[in-house]
Amino acid sequence: MAQDPFAIRAFRVLTGALLIVWLVLPLVPLAIWSFARGWRFPDLLPQAWSLQAWTYALSDTSGVLDSLGLTIGISLGVTVLSVIVGVPAGRALGMYRFRGKQVVELMILAPLIVPGIAVALGIHSVFISLGLTNTVAGVMLVHLVPTLPYMVLVMAGIFANLDADLEQQARSLGAGPVATFWHVTLPAIMPGIIVGGMFAFLVSWSQYVLTLLIGGGRVVTLPLLLFNFATSGRNDIAGAIAMIYILPGIVILLFTARHLSGRNTGLGGIGRQ
Amino acid sequence: MTQVSINALTRHWPGSARPALDRLSLEIPSGALIALLGPSGCGKTTALKLIAGLVEPTSGDVAFDGRSVLKDPPERRGAVMVFQNHLLFPGMSVAENVGFGLKMRKLPKPRINAQVAEMLALVQLPDLGHRRPSELSGGQQQRVALARALILRPDVLLLDEPLSNLDAHLRIEMRDLIRSLQRDLGITTIFVTHDQEEAVVLADRVALILDGALRQYATAEQFYKRPADAAVARFFGGRNFVPGTSGGGLFHSALGPLHLPGDTPLGPGTLTFRPESIRIGAGAENTVIARVLDRTFLGTQTRLRLMAGGAEIEALLSPDLVEGLEVGSQVPVTLPRQALWVLP
Repeated sequence: MAQDPFAIRAFRVLTGALLIVWLVLPLVPLAIWSFARGWRFPDLLPQAWSLQAWTYALSDTSGVLDSLGLTIGISLGVTVLSVIVGVPAGRALGMYRFRGKQVVELMILAPLIVPGIAVALGIHSVFISLGLTNTVAGVMLVHLVPTLPYMVLVMAGIFANLDADLEQQARSLGAGPVATFWHVTLPAIMPGIIVGGMFAFLVSWSQYVLTLLIGGGRVVTLPLLLFNFATSGRNDIAGAIAMIYILPGIVILLFTARHLSGRNTGLGGIGRQ
Repeated sequence: MTQVSINALTRHWPGSARPALDRLSLEIPSGALIALLGPSGCGKTTALKLIAGLVEPTSGDVAFDGRSVLKDPPERRGAVMVFQNHLLFPGMSVAENVGFGLKMRKLPKPRINAQVAEMLALVQLPDLGHRRPSELSGGQQQRVALARALILRPDVLLLDEPLSNLDAHLRIEMRDLIRSLQRDLGITTIFVTHDQEEAVVLADRVALILDGALRQYATAEQFYKRPADAAVARFFGGRNFVPGTSGGGLFHSALGPLHLPGDTPLGPGTLTFRPESIRIGAGAENTVIARVLDRTFLGTQTRLRLMAGGAEIEALLSPDLVEGLEVGSQVPVTLPRQALWVLP
């Protein structure tokens, strides 16, 4: 049955349809809301259409554009920091054998297991004494807690598949350690950096609790602003902001589809024990 | 032209009881082509990496022209290693691969391009510079890897199994190319192989390494005629080992008394001789009557298992010399005096 081309095609169409139902359909009401002027239950569509919510959202007074800029800045910063920490950590886990490696792996994965809010409460008291609460720097640092597991895992997979002899070959051909990294290692691990970096960007982009806790309401990123409007009953503006908010996710999804599939995959897990 | 001195070079890996390489000492004359021969896992590649500076020795020394190079990092050692599996950089074109070392030396682009073209012609791969390594055959990749090393005109060239992963006809082609390039450029070259035929054909001298230790360092001919011990002789296809005692110019054993070459030491020992040195028929001396136990046709040669006196020996002979020699028949065989060698 599995060999039947018709069955395979039907299965593909079905899964594709389900994906669309699950991922795209929930967004449709939001899109409609952003263009609606009043939309009451049980009407299928709003009585009237308007660009009011979009005009407000894109105006200076709403603070959406400022918040967008801030959120992009924080997420980019977190991505860069994740790469800087994740590449060497992934190399250590993927390429080297050392005492206590399993413990380190567990510690790096811990943020995926332990609830973020529990971690954040502890970090909060430390950050108070360091003066990092209510600051952008503090928010960026706390975002590293959920982003690093993804970055390190992806890089560990990439490094586990990297032939260590390739670097030694470069050294023997006259390249110093820095030139070897730049000309040989970096091109080889680039797919992992791109995939891991995009994970880090999206994870940081979608942080709510950590930003609220460490930022103390002073660092208003897009999800915080979105939540404000949603809870104050402005579904039309919340819909417009939500549309802006999901944009990077879609862009990145389209961009990474190439890297996530096929032979170029950056997702190898932690290899070489 | 660089003379290489390796002195008691040793490498222990953490957690391993035996050293990967145990007190290797070799003197390699300037411009020579030397083979490090041994079964896989015997420490040959470790030796190469130690010379290249890619692995730190536990103890011992490596000197080029009398100067210790242990403190030099690999990129400034003047020794270039070509890895097994011709590790070309996948993101670079063939020309970029070959020019990599010159780029690291910060040569201007036009000079790099000119030298790359010259080098590619030398390894008989002109017009392939723009290709990706993945578009090349195994033999072509191996030649690119060789060109990438030779373009640097290294003091010492280190080749790890340069002919493995190649088809039989490519092996011979590549072997001849390495030999002629090495002669033309005069680069002191050390190559690692597990194939004794490869070592014999290519190298000026062969260093046989078994279990991390040097067993014999000599010309290929000496390995056949004057092996240091039974293990060395066996590695080179030695099959005949007969225990006995030497004295008065004779060797007394189950084969009966045999005349020895003049310089043989006295006392108990093991007599060895190459299977191919045995002659069929009676000679002036050292003739023994043998019974044919078994015969196997090998194509260019026929292998005979013989019972000579009380010892079982093996002979490799031209098929037409042993025609009609049936299993069970008796035949006189001669062991020429110069072919005999007594192991201590």
